[in-house]
Amino acid sequence: MTVNDIKKLLDAKILCGEEYAEREVHTACGSDMMSDVLAFVKDQSVLLTGLCNPQAVRTAEMMDIVCIVFVRGKMPDESIIELAEEREIVLMSTDMRMFPACGILYENGLRGGVDN
Amino acid sequence: MSDTIKLHYTVSPDDFTRAGEASGDVKSKLKKMGVSPEAVRKVAIAMYEGEINMVIHADGGDIDVEISEDDITMILADKGPGIADIEKAMQAGWSTAPDNIRSLGFGAGMGLPNMKKYSDDMKIETELGVGTTVTMKVNM
Ligand SMILES: Nc1ncnc2c1ncn2[C@@H]1O[C@H](COP(=O)(O)OP(=O)(O)OP(=O)(O)O)[C@@H](O)[C@H]1O
Ligand SMILES: [Mg+2]
Repeated sequence: MTVNDIKKLLDAKILCGEEYAEREVHTACGSDMMSDVLAFVKDQSVLLTGLCNPQAVRTAEMMDIVCIVFVRGKMPDESIIELAEEREIVLMSTDMRMFPACGILYENGLRGGVDN
Repeated sequence: MSDTIKLHYTVSPDDFTRAGEASGDVKSKLKKMGVSPEAVRKVAIAMYEGEINMVIHADGGDIDVEISEDDITMILADKGPGIADIEKAMQAGWSTAPDNIRSLGFGAGMGLPNMKKYSDDMKIETELGVGTTVTMKVNM
């Protein structure tokens, strides 16, 4: 699945990193707690989160996460978008809630990055 | 390359939005040096968790990173309250973080277990009222 596929499936709006929309995503993780994300995510993941602060981007940076989807219509501010742009991370926002957003991606073949 | 490279960072307790800058900097430096992606990620995650802990549980602190041919050592030293019960603190899910920290995305009680998981060696020295020093090593 590509970043662009996720955008379409979740009816999301890309906020930055449009140029990386064809990047492949292999696994997904949904959480508002960043240490949970740091514990389990694997390669080339997408992070779905309701946490809209710079630490969501920092967490993605440390884990080489390809794309962050902000659920529940959350909109990051300019400084968060800038941080993501510098690190080549795609940001998008969907009006969907966490559960249905994760469910749709799962239904379309994406799996969790849990390794234990 | 037999020389050890030393990096130093001061972690400010005042601005949570900047927590992670030191870890991000180390990550990009290691990447540029051609360190394996796996080692880079291990260092980045372990150090980031430690850096966040310094900001939310202590009063900021200092981080020293030493990069040698064989391994990367991170020493995170703070003058915070110390950890009363290390055994408990190391348990997944155990946290003393208040609700306002939880709303910032931290306080799941997963940080120290993550640091242990991603480092090849970890040592905690702590004294109540004096501070905590966490030393972690990641092999190249
Ligand atoms: N540098 C520190 N100084 C004082 N206490 C600490 C320090 N680091 C950790 N602790 C204590 O150990 C507990 C567990 O730490 P840990 O990093 O595992 O979880 P957390 O920081 O509470 O949550 P998370 O890491 O999931 O965001 C903390 O809640 C805190 O009480
Ligand atoms: Mg922590």
